[in-house]
Amino acid sequence: MSLIASLRTPRGLITVLLLVVLAVLPLLTQAFDQRYLLSIGTRIVIWAIAAVSLNMILGYGGMVSFGHAVFFGIGGYAVGILSHHGVASGWIQWPIAIVAATLWAALVGALSLRTRGLYFIMITLAFAQLVFYVGGGLEAYGADDGLNISRSRFPDFIDLRDKASFYWLCFALLCGTLWFCSRFANSRFGLVIRGAKSNELRMTALGFPVFRYRLAAFTLSGALGGLSGILLANEGAYISPAMMSWVKSGDLIVIVVLGGMGALFGPLYGTIAFFVLEETLPPLLDLLRTGWGEYWQIVFGPMLVLVALYAKGGIDSLFGSPKEWRRHG
Amino acid sequence: MAEPLLAAAGLIKRFGGLIATDNVSIDVRPGEIHALIGPNGAGKTTLVSQLTGNLRPDAGTIHFAGRDITHLPMHARVRLGLARSFQITSVLREFTALDNVALAVQAHAGHSFRFLADVRRDENLRGLARRGLEEVGLAARADTPAAALSHGEQRQLEIAMALAGDPRLLLLDEPMAGMGGEESQRMIGFLQGLKGRRCMLLIEHDMDAVFQLADRITVLVYGRAIASGTPAEIRANAEVRQAYLGEGDA
Ligand SMILES: Nc1ncnc2c1ncn2[C@@H]1O[C@H](COP(=O)(O)OP(=O)(O)OP(=O)(O)O)[C@@H](O)[C@H]1O
Ligand SMILES: [Mg+2]
Repeated sequence: MSLIASLRTPRGLITVLLLVVLAVLPLLTQAFDQRYLLSIGTRIVIWAIAAVSLNMILGYGGMVSFGHAVFFGIGGYAVGILSHHGVASGWIQWPIAIVAATLWAALVGALSLRTRGLYFIMITLAFAQLVFYVGGGLEAYGADDGLNISRSRFPDFIDLRDKASFYWLCFALLCGTLWFCSRFANSRFGLVIRGAKSNELRMTALGFPVFRYRLAAFTLSGALGGLSGILLANEGAYISPAMMSWVKSGDLIVIVVLGGMGALFGPLYGTIAFFVLEETLPPLLDLLRTGWGEYWQIVFGPMLVLVALYAKGGIDSLFGSPKEWRRHG
Repeated sequence: MAEPLLAAAGLIKRFGGLIATDNVSIDVRPGEIHALIGPNGAGKTTLVSQLTGNLRPDAGTIHFAGRDITHLPMHARVRLGLARSFQITSVLREFTALDNVALAVQAHAGHSFRFLADVRRDENLRGLARRGLEEVGLAARADTPAAALSHGEQRQLEIAMALAGDPRLLLLDEPMAGMGGEESQRMIGFLQGLKGRRCMLLIEHDMDAVFQLADRITVLVYGRAIASGTPAEIRANAEVRQAYLGEGDA
């Protein structure tokens, strides 16, 4: 892996610059006294982790899971509920939350991965909605209103109440996730997942038990999704069913498609684009005419259609052919 | 006579009211090339699909290497040494020719729950895959995406993928389909080279190729096996001449 070589391609240069800016973001927001931007930056990084995890199954594997935000909810609620009952240590909360997300992913995967196409989309959505309504029914944990929680404690290690520390932790986890995804994509396992997207019958006829590999990928993706949920709950010190509404699942799909399916950094580009548009489109439209900002999605929707029609590889494809990256990366 | 490598008995497959496989029994002996011929729609592909596990027979049993595989899923049968190529070319179009064969090698090299090591630096897989491409004459096209290969090259690639796992039995569904005359001749030559070393069940319409290659021939008409025997026997069989070969001779 040659970092220097990758700098010679537009894609490599842009990506490295982006990572450098993200790495020093707390310093920048402090220097320019823009605290609010750090909070957005933190959410971008957390959402990017979720999007990378979705990209592993959706982008590389062709599994259109329409319930990925459920892992925001499971990771978040596991942390929130434990914290509510006085289990404050992150060393206990986080592993439990990840195990919970992993088990749920394994169950949903086992029940949904035998179906294809629209059925798969609907089943993953249905399971996510199930958890969403259960969350909304938990009176003890605020039902629909959600629950304020205290942040996970890591005594003598890191104080998550410190915004910059928390941001850097999230960023380090994003880097770890991206690193893992880059290995995954070119591993034996990754090639089976990508091969099955390309031609499932062929992979089976080669002797691969495709279902097992897909289930493993789905479970892995759920575990990483759970991690992003843990972070999201800690970011706002708050959990609510809204974290895992189907709209969020839809947003995650939009992000992955917008950024470039099956491209390593696609989910990161997509998340940034999504958040930037979400923040800037409403005020821009309000400038045109007061009140229009509310309907920013009317502008955003057609933009997505254009991407789907004309830039199949999403934002990532604007930076040149992916082969360049593979050769140098 | 040697114990057959593959033995199917009493296979029946219905699609609604149509009986696509009508009580067919067929066996393939070690080392032989067994050809399956018959007019369009006779049920050749349907029969092979039941042997490989793409389709479940409604009745009948299939034994492979002494083992009852009737209820084994396709991937498990492949692991036992049953490899197939498809009538309609089936390759991984987005992957290079070399990656296609390397995946075929990988399928037989233990499990693939390996998440970190770069598979393209795995010289075991790559080396075997390169040799596989060489064998079918595609070495020069190793880095070309399968989608960019010519039709004939894709068929060769599919054969390389089928051979990659060192299968005990090859099921080839019209390997020459859609090929030009010269390409066909090369493929026939290639299959001839495998004769004696590889055991094969070969579906083919080209009678010249069949009579050149086959040790035994089974004739399928309307889902029924109407005759089975050596090429000479099949040529002499009156029912076959009438039902099938006659068409071409007339
Ligand atoms: N999945 C299916 N559903 C319904 N009917 C089918 C199906 N597959 C095949 N058939 C029918 O079964 C019969 C046998 O088809 P099959 O493809 O096995 O014939 P074949 O001998 O391979 O023909 P060809 O030489 O044209 O490849 C045909 O009448 C076909 O229409
Ligand atoms: Mg056929």
